[in-house]
Amino acid sequence: MAQHANSENPNVNLAYRRKKNAEEMKRQVISFVLMILLTLIAFFAVGYDKFSHWFSIPFILLLAIVQVMFQLYYFMHMSHKGHEFPAIFMYGGVFVAFLTVWAFATIVWW
Amino acid sequence: MSTAARKKSLIWDYLTTVDHKKIAILYLIAGGLFFLIGGLEALLMRIQLMKPNNDFLNGDLFNQVMTMHGTTMIFFAATPLLFALMNAVVPLQIGARDVAFPFLNALGFWLFFFGGVFLNCSWFLGGAPDAGWTSYASLSLESPGHGIDFYLLGLQISGFGTLISGINFLVTIVTMRAPGMTFMRMPMFTWTTFVASALILFAFPPLTVGLLLLMLDRLFGANFFDPALGGNTIIYEHLFWIFGHPEVYILVLPAFGIFSEVIATFSRKRLFGYSSMVFAVVLIGFLGFMVWAHHMFTVGLGPVANAIFAVATMTIAVPTGIKIFNWLFTMWGGNIRFTTPMLYAVSFIPSFVMGGVTGVMLASAPADYQYHDTYFVVAHFHYVIVGGVVFALLAGTHYWWPKMFGKMLNEALGKITFVLFFVGFHLTFFIQHFLGLMGMPRRVFTFLPNQGLDTGNLVSTIGAFFMTAGVIILLINVVISSISGKKAEADAWGVGRTLEWAVSSPAPEYNFAQIPLVRGLDAYWLEKMEGKKGLTPAEPLGDIHMPNPSVLPFVISLGLFVSAFGFLYHNDYSWGLPVAILGLVITFGSMFLRSIIDDYGFHIHKDEIIEAEKKGVKA
Ligand code: HEM
Ligand SMILES: [Cu+2]
Repeated sequence: MAQHANSENPNVNLAYRRKKNAEEMKRQVISFVLMILLTLIAFFAVGYDKFSHWFSIPFILLLAIVQVMFQLYYFMHMSHKGHEFPAIFMYGGVFVAFLTVWAFATIVWW
Repeated sequence: MSTAARKKSLIWDYLTTVDHKKIAILYLIAGGLFFLIGGLEALLMRIQLMKPNNDFLNGDLFNQVMTMHGTTMIFFAATPLLFALMNAVVPLQIGARDVAFPFLNALGFWLFFFGGVFLNCSWFLGGAPDAGWTSYASLSLESPGHGIDFYLLGLQISGFGTLISGINFLVTIVTMRAPGMTFMRMPMFTWTTFVASALILFAFPPLTVGLLLLMLDRLFGANFFDPALGGNTIIYEHLFWIFGHPEVYILVLPAFGIFSEVIATFSRKRLFGYSSMVFAVVLIGFLGFMVWAHHMFTVGLGPVANAIFAVATMTIAVPTGIKIFNWLFTMWGGNIRFTTPMLYAVSFIPSFVMGGVTGVMLASAPADYQYHDTYFVVAHFHYVIVGGVVFALLAGTHYWWPKMFGKMLNEALGKITFVLFFVGFHLTFFIQHFLGLMGMPRRVFTFLPNQGLDTGNLVSTIGAFFMTAGVIILLINVVISSISGKKAEADAWGVGRTLEWAVSSPAPEYNFAQIPLVRGLDAYWLEKMEGKKGLTPAEPLGDIHMPNPSVLPFVISLGLFVSAFGFLYHNDYSWGLPVAILGLVITFGSMFLRSIIDDYGFHIHKDEIIEAEKKGVKA
């Protein structure tokens, strides 16, 4: 029973909710299309032999980061309110992981 | 369901409990047991080192005892004992009925417990690990027998448990605070638990990876750390210390929290500089991730890396200093009562400062070439870990004992324990600074006569016996208290400031009949100062929803325990692999059961609560 505490009554503000969901759906579709597009670009960048590795590898990494952001903020609703803590902890994790890789790259493998 | 219908045998009750107060007791008992085992190992080592050329514990056996002492104390004594206090206190301090995930809470405990039992099984199965608690790959890959494998698998299992418990506390503190309990009204112990849990979340995965790679090297023929085959042994050291340095802050931050509570309570004053204390804790947690290579100055990282990590390390002294001065200012002008917990708190300050000072000395990379791997380092970390963490655990145990068990510990015996432990601690470890400076290396099982090390080592051993005596008196105190201890009031010390002192001792199953409304820092003190008896409720009295007990956490952990034996022996015996698989089937099977069986919990009815409250208030 406790699990219903934060679910709202579905009959309230029906029109408003409809509109909001429609907007949400639109965004999801747009970002979905964008992600497919980004993936195609990545394949193209790798397949096109006029690009050197020094361009294509950083480029697809950049595309990957953009994709992750799309995933998180649109698909996984991090753009909504109430996600501050997950955001802090995810960025904290990213920071620690980055620090680790950075240190390895500079003082172990270099 | 009524209370009578739920009565079961005591053992079954604790085996299946998901109540944070009972899990706290489980942690206290199991952690206490491992503390005694680790302490015994320490005593054996000090007996061996009592005089030059002693042959009480020779060579490899000494290495095993030394490794098991360090590993047991860090992973199976200090960490779980802190979890005991966190479980006992944090939900009460934030005005919650339980933790966010009671089932995971139990799972965390059982994983820790089986990990510890697994590690200690090594004593009876061919010898314990012997490569130090750090288990550097260059050493541990060469270690014969299965000792190191017990270390790897045991720590892996208990590491999952610690990670799970850390996540559970994070979610609990984020989501379960009572109305009005804003972040800046949280008691310091809750704050430090929060930051320590965040450190657990980020620090344990690197350890898991390091141990996993080492396990693959040892048991499955991989070569991550074997330079002869293209691996790199330094990477293990990095992975270990990326975990290892945050780990020492995982231990000491909750200790800081305990002292903040004790000092404010027994000075009858609000904690001085509360917001700067919070700031300092968060900053220490953050900086704690950027200093790990100070354990590796002599590895040969190069002058630039050494310099960066040296400076980063020294900056940690700044927020630590802030905290020290805030404690001093809290006591300044306070109405101080020297109870047992307060004695630990007061003596913690100079003891810990000494550990901090030697820390900064060690942090100067060039000087560390002299100190590294000598008894100076041993002295440093025992000053911070015993003078900080163990003092805090003793203080916290005495302070919250009445809240956990409903009976007071004897103050006279408590003070005797304190004196013996305090004197023994300084006798044992102060002299080790000088042993180190005179060149006694760390982790050796004996030394030669007439090199200026004889007296120092004897003094150190005598100190260890003082500490042992202190611990024995503490055990006697526990027994006496459970037989004839004075019954504890709700506000057991009479000067409680935080919410846990508003509920009866021990707290009822549901913690708060009505979730309180929090109106400021030191919420309970605030209400008392306004002449009120209890807390202001934030909700009407009603039925309380509770989670059902479950044996699954125990079974899940047992499965991993069984499968660890299988993996350990899979190269030696043909039954290894089937047993490993059987264990995993038990584990994942019970996880599956947990997922498909609907469990709605039960309710405690309003009239039951009214009755219980009447009894509780009278007592
Ligand atoms: C101002 C604060 C601190 C500084 C600057 C500091 C610095 C250092 C340095 C440089 C070392 C490496 C010494 C060597 O191996 O040559 C070290 C070792 C150690 N420190 Fe600290 N430390 C500080 C606080 C702490 C605290 C709070 C704890 C634990 C609660 C701690 C626990 C340890 C441990 C366990 C080791 C030895 C690890 C090993 O080699 O087995 N330190 N410290
Ligand atoms: Cu460190």
